[in-house]
Amino acid sequence: MTIDWISFTPGPALLGGILLGIAAALYILFNGRILGISGIVGGLLQAKKPDWLWRLSFTFGLLTAALWATYVFDIQVKAVIDADYVTLIIAGLLVGFGARYGSGCTSGHGICGLSRLSPRSLLATMTFMGCGFLMVYVVRHLV
Amino acid sequence: MSQNTSVFSNLSEYLIGVLFGLGLIISGMTNPAKILAFLDIAGVWDPSLIFVMGGAVLVGLIAFYLAKNRTQSFLGSVMHIPTRRDIDRPLIIGSALFGVGWGLAGFCPGPALVSLGSGELKALVFVVAMLGGMLLFDFLGQKK
Repeated sequence: MTIDWISFTPGPALLGGILLGIAAALYILFNGRILGISGIVGGLLQAKKPDWLWRLSFTFGLLTAALWATYVFDIQVKAVIDADYVTLIIAGLLVGFGARYGSGCTSGHGICGLSRLSPRSLLATMTFMGCGFLMVYVVRHLV
Repeated sequence: MSQNTSVFSNLSEYLIGVLFGLGLIISGMTNPAKILAFLDIAGVWDPSLIFVMGGAVLVGLIAFYLAKNRTQSFLGSVMHIPTRRDIDRPLIIGSALFGVGWGLAGFCPGPALVSLGSGELKALVFVVAMLGGMLLFDFLGQKK
């Protein structure tokens, strides 16, 4: 195993992680909900549900976070996206379908579930991390 | 819930969404290249994501311990805390499919939405496909 010491950013990673934890903490304590992105956004697509307003408020917060970062906090939003459009479409379909089928994603299972010490979320997190490791290994080292 | 609490709770929804997005931006998780560098253990490995999860769960542990026995939130709403403890097939298969998609592009739902907000065309393509995948799940679920 070789560690990429140049890209490794433990400081910002820990600080950002703590902010994610604080957001999840405020969400359960003030709004009484699990901060799970796929659940919140997924519910917006079910037109029969009458609870779209809070979902939309939260989603709008995520969508405008980059504007706050750039114009209020002077933080640069960096993204290097190597995947081509076909890969992005396949990946998006898998992520959307899988998150709904598995009842959660990196936020709901990964952050909140592990914090709740939920056995379901622990298994879900180990499964998607394992498959993520495997997929990158196949794409980068086998194909 | 009164009109005022509703205004407050939606404002809280929005601000927490912004805070979560800022956490993703600062931690570097909105950058798919960084996610893929974490998932590439056999290559030149970037362990940053462990620190992100560690920081988040550390705070989360305290919060959910405090939340566990509450009957309502600070804003007076019902506590929606999952109670399921069973391990079933959808949990495993769904999470596996999610992991494959995550490993393919380096995007998961939160970072993709934040990245879309920064004007990334590729994030838009991913998000549209992701919503398509969610709709497909709802459609197949209804047919059963």
